[in-house]
Amino acid sequence: MPGRLKAKIVAGRHLPVMDRASDLTDAFVEVKFGNTTFKTDVYPKSLNPQWNSEWFKFEVDDEDLQDEPLQITVLDHDTYSANDAIGKVYIDIDPLLCSEAATVISGWLPIYDTIHGIRGEINVLVKVDLFNDLNRFRQSSCGVKFFCTTSIPRCYRAIMVHGFVEELVVNEDPEYQWIDRIRTPRASNEARQRLIFLMSGELQRKIGLKVLEMGGNAVVGYLQCFDLEGESGLVVRAIGTACTLEKMSTFPATATHPNNSSPSKDMKEPGFGEEAPGVPLSSGPPTPLRAQTFSSFSPSKSYSRQSSSSDTELSLTPKTGKISSCPVGHLCHFCMIPPSPFCVFQEYPFFTLTIFPPGFLLHVGGVVSARSVKLLDRIHNPDEPETRDAWWEEIRQEIKSHAKALGCHAVVGYSESTSICEEVCILSASGTAAILSSRFMQDGPLDTEHRFEEVVSPGCGFCHIPYDELNIPFPAQLTYCYCCRRYKVPDVLFTTIDLPTEANVTGKGCLIQARLCRTKKKAQGEGNAMAISNLLPFLEYELHTQLMNKLKLRGMNALFGLRIQISVGETMLLGLASATGVYLTALPSPGGIQIAGKTPSDITYEQHISNMQKKINDTITKNKEQYEINPPEVVEEIIGSPIPEPRQRSRLFRSHSESSDEVSEIDLSHGKKDAFVLEIDDTDAVEDIHALLTDSPTPAGNTSMFTSVRVFRLNANLTNQGLNKIFSDLCENLLKSLYFKLRSMVPCCLCHLNFTVAIPEDELIQVAVTAVAMSFDKEQTLENGKRSGEKTLIKGKPCLVSSTPFFLFSLLFLSTPLSFPLALLLSTASSMEKASPLPEGRSRSLRSNRSYSGSSVAVVKMTPLSFIPGAKIIKYLGIINMFFIRETSSLREEGGVSGFLHTFIAEVFAMVRAHVAALGGNAVVSYSMKECVFMENPNKNQAQCLINVSGDAVIFVRESELELTSVQPQSATTQTSNGGEGT
Amino acid sequence: MSMELDVFVGNTTVLDQDVYQLWLDGHTVSDAVRIRMEAGALQECEANAEVLHSDTTDQFRTFQMCERLLQSPSKVANQLLFQIPPHRQTMLIERYYEFDSVFAREVLGKKLSKGTKKDLDDISSKTGIALKSCRRQFDNFKRVFKVVEELKGPLVENIQRHFLLSDVLARDYAAIVFFANSRFEAGKRKLQYLSFQDFAFCAGQLISYWTVGAVDNMMEDLDVDLEKDFLHDLKDLKVLVNDKDMLDQHKSLVCAQLRGKIKVFSEMEANFKNLSRALVNIASKLTHTKDFRDLFIDLVEKLIEPCRSDKWTIGDLRLFLKHYSSSVHMLEAFRHQVIWDRYMSVIKSCILKMYHD
Repeated sequence: MPGRLKAKIVAGRHLPVMDRASDLTDAFVEVKFGNTTFKTDVYPKSLNPQWNSEWFKFEVDDEDLQDEPLQITVLDHDTYSANDAIGKVYIDIDPLLCSEAATVISGWLPIYDTIHGIRGEINVLVKVDLFNDLNRFRQSSCGVKFFCTTSIPRCYRAIMVHGFVEELVVNEDPEYQWIDRIRTPRASNEARQRLIFLMSGELQRKIGLKVLEMGGNAVVGYLQCFDLEGESGLVVRAIGTACTLEKMSTFPATATHPNNSSPSKDMKEPGFGEEAPGVPLSSGPPTPLRAQTFSSFSPSKSYSRQSSSSDTELSLTPKTGKISSCPVGHLCHFCMIPPSPFCVFQEYPFFTLTIFPPGFLLHVGGVVSARSVKLLDRIHNPDEPETRDAWWEEIRQEIKSHAKALGCHAVVGYSESTSICEEVCILSASGTAAILSSRFMQDGPLDTEHRFEEVVSPGCGFCHIPYDELNIPFPAQLTYCYCCRRYKVPDVLFTTIDLPTEANVTGKGCLIQARLCRTKKKAQGEGNAMAISNLLPFLEYELHTQLMNKLKLRGMNALFGLRIQISVGETMLLGLASATGVYLTALPSPGGIQIAGKTPSDITYEQHISNMQKKINDTITKNKEQYEINPPEVVEEIIGSPIPEPRQRSRLFRSHSESSDEVSEIDLSHGKKDAFVLEIDDTDAVEDIHALLTDSPTPAGNTSMFTSVRVFRLNANLTNQGLNKIFSDLCENLLKSLYFKLRSMVPCCLCHLNFTVAIPEDELIQVAVTAVAMSFDKEQTLENGKRSGEKTLIKGKPCLVSSTPFFLFSLLFLSTPLSFPLALLLSTASSMEKASPLPEGRSRSLRSNRSYSGSSVAVVKMTPLSFIPGAKIIKYLGIINMFFIRETSSLREEGGVSGFLHTFIAEVFAMVRAHVAALGGNAVVSYSMKECVFMENPNKNQAQCLINVSGDAVIFVRESELELTSVQPQSATTQTSNGGEGT
Repeated sequence: MSMELDVFVGNTTVLDQDVYQLWLDGHTVSDAVRIRMEAGALQECEANAEVLHSDTTDQFRTFQMCERLLQSPSKVANQLLFQIPPHRQTMLIERYYEFDSVFAREVLGKKLSKGTKKDLDDISSKTGIALKSCRRQFDNFKRVFKVVEELKGPLVENIQRHFLLSDVLARDYAAIVFFANSRFEAGKRKLQYLSFQDFAFCAGQLISYWTVGAVDNMMEDLDVDLEKDFLHDLKDLKVLVNDKDMLDQHKSLVCAQLRGKIKVFSEMEANFKNLSRALVNIASKLTHTKDFRDLFIDLVEKLIEPCRSDKWTIGDLRLFLKHYSSSVHMLEAFRHQVIWDRYMSVIKSCILKMYHD
């Protein structure tokens, strides 16, 4: 009995009228944890009841504390009939279990009902007393900290990065249980919400156990996902990176820089090349710079194989454990390793981090990805996690082998995702092959060969190829690094990580997005899986081609934060790839794009082509100006790369130096001449929009997070091209709308654009975007001071900060180019760390002088970034992971689908903010909306939506406040912060 | 192919003031889009009609969702659903309660009941204000009236406290409540030339000097009811016209003061008794509900019109009223100076406000 949970119900407000006769409510509250339930007295006839209850105490195991949410139900007392439920509040008490996080949950929380939405608020107080229990066979993992942030959290220092942790929990989906036929939708929704709370609690506990086992104390880059498989079950799975973190002292001198700058000084230890013992580069499984799957499809390759299709075979025989999805011999020895859940690092050197402490990331190989198509109805034992475990195992093995082939021992920026349609499930994993410094790792990668000299310029080192140039695993054009001139670099670099702090960048970055839509025949079972498997490679290939072209069109040579999302529907497949393009100084300047026609005989056609060519060239020039890409002219020396016979298709557009027959292949890949024009059009649009975001530096920290969701109905019988155009237009228009919406914030940039596509139904495409818009102050004064400080930190890169306004970051990762300079700005500008116990949001936020009720709501910021510009995060309060279901049977009355979803998303935001405020926080960082499943039945006037959000609750202090208060005596400020943490 | 669903939700609610105004004015989405396009919204950010439509729809939906809160403004500050910065909240509330004076003028003095709501159609077509907007404004009047009706204390402060409105707006609402409560006749044709602001000013004067709250601000009831005792005491003023000596004396005092100072002296002199009788009669009859409601029409018919037909300037009238009321202090037989002053100060400023074309 190592814990006592205490809860007190203080009051309610804005309750709905439950008794029509009196227009009032007789409310009381049930507080439930595990199987114990307490009740408050009935507070009669009030919409603002004051219960002021005693402390309800639950004496429970810490295992339960981790698994169970505290469940608060507000009811209306009814003498004659059953009491009516007003709504519920689930409180995740996990943040209270860690001494460094929150100590109390106290505040107004929205009372939520799955049918009616938010119905008033309840004021509660929750505390936990933990008794120390040193039982080493314990099942709990209290105290392990979880962070969604994919970098080392701001007020911590990484002592050790242990490596990959993963876990998966399966349960029957209450929606598909027989009982669902007889219970109300509300009961069913609540069962589901509660189950998911339980499952994610359990999952977190289990992951925590693994972390403890590895000797760590925290999970960073924690990524939890739900798979609603339908009949076969409900899966909650999570991956993360186990670390040992140390809280940085709040004493100013040491506290400010360490995260970003100071370690770099002593970080220059010998890089570790990989001796790559088993890497048979000759047999090279496809890999690379270019996303793996795609490259495997270059037709002439003997080794090209479809990972997806081979996996399909597997899926048909899930129990055979045929991990040999990679037919290449060298993989065998990995297959031999028994899947032991407890030697994670050795087994999978994967890291979910996308931002690394300086010096950690030595070299980057390129994007590795693997996909596999599975049939859910073939799972023998749906309630057990084994089958899914095995599936993911295969995928991870494949990823690992791809990394090996790239001469890398690790995969960074790693993530996993699924797309489910009926019984077909596509599992995807992707990451960036890399070589890491062993400094932070327990038993770092095994080899000692010094392939790289000690002093590798931090600005270009990560670009240097990790693989052996003679045994290059895929065709690539290598040149000497344009920065140091000593090591080879590839011509383009695709990665899933954020732009490293130390990277040398020329000009500005921008969002690069490839969109694709492919029709597919309706099919069942194996046939369907096979069809999808066959389509996948083409999809990936085309996405890749698009990315490559768009990148060149902008005169850039590297992609960061690449995220490729493939979504499957009954009759189509959607692919959406987003990334931030930049020009890496170390990499060669990209060639132009040349197009050629299929029928050169036709003169008008030729003319058309040459017009287009001119347009493209103009665009490239224009783009280079716009993004301020003026690389120093250097004599280009192409180093003999063993580029084999048939070049990858993706290179075909790279023209000026290439022969015409290659060029003409454009039509083969695009199928239609207009395909290219179409692309030009949409890039134009993006540029126009870009032009809006006027230039002017200094991030002012005025940020605004939003979510936008659109569902588009397509006409039946569209061709691939038609579909593509529509899908592309949909995304473009969505972007345009965003710019328009946010025009009042101009100059601003959109960061962390996170697109999610789904095919909720036949002929429906759903696109959801979450991003944060940051405005920039026109005043330059402040900035100048900061910049001078920054220069000392990132040498030779004063351009970077000024470049940020134009950044359109995409995806979970993209924030880099902005975040880093900013982070540095912050750390330099705020030379004193100061902890204000009452941060802005709470103390002076919404105080309206006319507000007569006296109570005001604390402002809670939300951002998908891992930082808040212009502010310093002083404390992490714990992870926010919430799952909500909303259902309605009066869709029209609620404003149709848009009205319904609008309300729901607003409610979800409100609940996240309220929970953060109750933890004592004033912001959520690394916020993401993982899931937004929307289903409607307009004929029945019904709709249902599921939303899953997550993030890290934090306390931040405005930089300006820091500066204001920095004159105060240090001792006082440090005391307050220490006191607050209760360490 | 069509957009089935299109939403945009910001953590901080994104609000466009111009669009808000269009919404308040009761435009439909397509009207609003057209107006925005005419206003040049498309030049901004190179938007297209589709973008504009989507934005407008979205904003309208947001306002609609906020509307419930705006109807009890004190909730806006402590609700959790929309995160809106305080100054924005103030703006939202203030704008929501703002009204068209033309509309208010039409409603003035009418009972704020459902029956009147049917007349909104007529008012809408008469004033050119969209019916939706009329509804909102009317409902606002009704809501404010209902809330303050049952409250003690000073009217303006009550309105301000409960609806978080600016001082100016709260005063206007006080006037509306006052008129609705007292049911003054304001719709007669002869009164048509008076604007809402004229009436609001008069209402303000009446509230400040004649009501229960004016003397004692901790009264039990709605403080916009006129003080009964005061109205009763006004009957005593009759002596001014009934007592012939006093009337003559008063007249000679006023004439002595005004001789040579006003252009319409002779007309004034000829008309003095009529004017004085009118003013005193109005005062003495205020206890009767019917006459009380006719206060403004009486003022117009008995004072303003005769003066206007004699071509008094506003300056003439001001001087006349000044001396008319102050000379009473020199009448030794008259013992109701306090009541007289309380009555005349209000009447004087009302008449002067109402004296225009």
